Amino acid sequence: MSDSIVSIRNVTKAFPGGVTAVDNVSLDIAQNEFFALLGPSGCGKTTLLRMISGLETPTGGQIIIGGEDMAYTPPNKRPTNMVFQSYAVFPHMTVEQNVGYGLKVTGVASDEIKRRVGEALEMVKLTALAKRKPDQMSGGQRQRVALARALVKRPKVLLLDEPLSALDAKLRDDMRMELTRLQETVGITFIIVTHDQDEALSMASRIAVMDRGAVQQVATPTELYEQPKTRFVADFIGKVNLIEARVHRQIGRKIDCELKGVGRMELASDNLVGGQVAVAVRPEKLKIATSEPSTAIRVQGKVRDVAYYGDTSHVVIEAADGLDLSVNVQNDTRLGGSGVERGQSVWVSWASEDSIVLTE
Amino acid sequence: MAAQLKPGQGPLDYGSRTWLKVLFAAIFFVLYAPIITLVAFSFNTDKRGVVWRGFTLDNYTKAWNNASLIEALTNSLVIAVIATVIATVLGALTALLMWRFRFPFKGAYEGFMALPIVIPEICMGVALLLFFVSSGMMGLFVALPWPLNLGNIIFAHVTFCFPFVAVVVRSRLVGFNRQLEEASKDLGASEWQTFWSIIVPFMKPGLIAGALLAFTLSLDDFVITFFTSGPETVTFPVKVYSLVRRGVSPEINAASTVLIVITVVATVLAMKLQAPPKADKG
Repeated sequence: MSDSIVSIRNVTKAFPGGVTAVDNVSLDIAQNEFFALLGPSGCGKTTLLRMISGLETPTGGQIIIGGEDMAYTPPNKRPTNMVFQSYAVFPHMTVEQNVGYGLKVTGVASDEIKRRVGEALEMVKLTALAKRKPDQMSGGQRQRVALARALVKRPKVLLLDEPLSALDAKLRDDMRMELTRLQETVGITFIIVTHDQDEALSMASRIAVMDRGAVQQVATPTELYEQPKTRFVADFIGKVNLIEARVHRQIGRKIDCELKGVGRMELASDNLVGGQVAVAVRPEKLKIATSEPSTAIRVQGKVRDVAYYGDTSHVVIEAADGLDLSVNVQNDTRLGGSGVERGQSVWVSWASEDSIVLTE
Repeated sequence: MAAQLKPGQGPLDYGSRTWLKVLFAAIFFVLYAPIITLVAFSFNTDKRGVVWRGFTLDNYTKAWNNASLIEALTNSLVIAVIATVIATVLGALTALLMWRFRFPFKGAYEGFMALPIVIPEICMGVALLLFFVSSGMMGLFVALPWPLNLGNIIFAHVTFCFPFVAVVVRSRLVGFNRQLEEASKDLGASEWQTFWSIIVPFMKPGLIAGALLAFTLSLDDFVITFFTSGPETVTFPVKVYSLVRRGVSPEINAASTVLIVITVVATVLAMKLQAPPKADKG
């Protein structure tokens, strides 16, 4: 990508003691993107973010920011600013002093500091609290201070390390929208690190899913959910039914395979595949019927569990060969509920194009 | 032994129990009665200072006019101030070194650094005396004019004061959130700017507490000073000791009271400085 603002080329970070936190990662992040690094804890996403900020140095590879290799440039010389997980708001300074700090230390004139701090506080709606000390503020307000403090520097890239993890559920929703709004207003590239798939799916324009130091897949939220490339991605993003399958032969762009507990069928797959694959189907793509449906893929089973969530019910159905299928049912009538009860014998079906064939 | 609680009494409301009140009173008596006696008798008219005969301020004037006592007090204060400043800087730097860096034999270094705290004072005194004499520093300093002739005492006081400062500051630094330092650098500050505008303000309560500790330790040190002072350089505790040998006089009470007041004022001041400043400061 020629218009990328951050280019990560074959970056590796090995810590002394033999732990490789980031293993040969390459990524391109475009100007104005809202990019998410998503993965379970210990997958190396925070280490990667810290290497972009300069707080860690890679043991190999290049980190090109704004066209310049900055892999070994100290953090105070980089056009990036970070919002820390603990916010790291300076406790002995007022809100105003916190926000102005980054300008003061780089020798910006005091009247300009005043103006820019005012603007930044306005942007995060903290003007009224300018003279407060951090210990007189809530977590959400401190987070806004951290945001304003980073944005006032007008960085090329804003880095956010698990910014919502310390907030309660309601505040988290507000902040999520606020971050999206801010990103659109200021037009700065945001790179966010998170372990929360909902956060990544709802905010980011593109997501890199990481596992054990390596990038598994980089895609838009929709692609990631509907076309995961690996079992790990399918399983990590949302809920999924993974069904083991044995491939008999390949016919053009289709495979003839035997799904454990379901039966033999033909499924679309571009990949040249070996003997054993997994077929992934999202729970909301499954349909429950009490009489045998006419679709190509159908399985008979017994309802083992119904969990009621208000808007949806999660039904677990026990089919042949020890196959368990999770089905999400929309409770779309007030009195109907999920329409099934525990122990009932039902049919489960899905459209063949809703099956995703995973080879790795 | 689950005693029944009275209505409205919490399980931790020990203050309302009679036996505890008595114990508190006894402890306070043992702690403060001697000091109160000293202060009270500084206003006594009796020359021997044993029986109360009447109120007077004469002892203070007498103490004030006793040139050698005042000289000793001045010496003590000068030594305490200079030693405190040096010990605080040195102690703070030691604490930073131990908090910040990893180096071989760090554990051993940390142990050695704390040695002056645990070594018996008498050994420190003898050791310092031997060192000063054999290095020729004793002769060198004693020959210098005032206040330079206090140099060896200041040296000795710094030696036993700075580990206390280091320990206090070090324990303060344990609570430092390293992300603050990272945030400062991320916002464009250099190492030096980060140190002065983020780390030093964080250390401040520790620095004040450490300095206060050093000041009081230096001010009332007897043993080490006794060994390291020259004939011309007498400090207040050493002077009091020599006077007491000729009998307790109310003058000493008066001078001691002044010393107590100085320490109490210094403590209160330090606590005031440590307290979070009231808001509304730009």
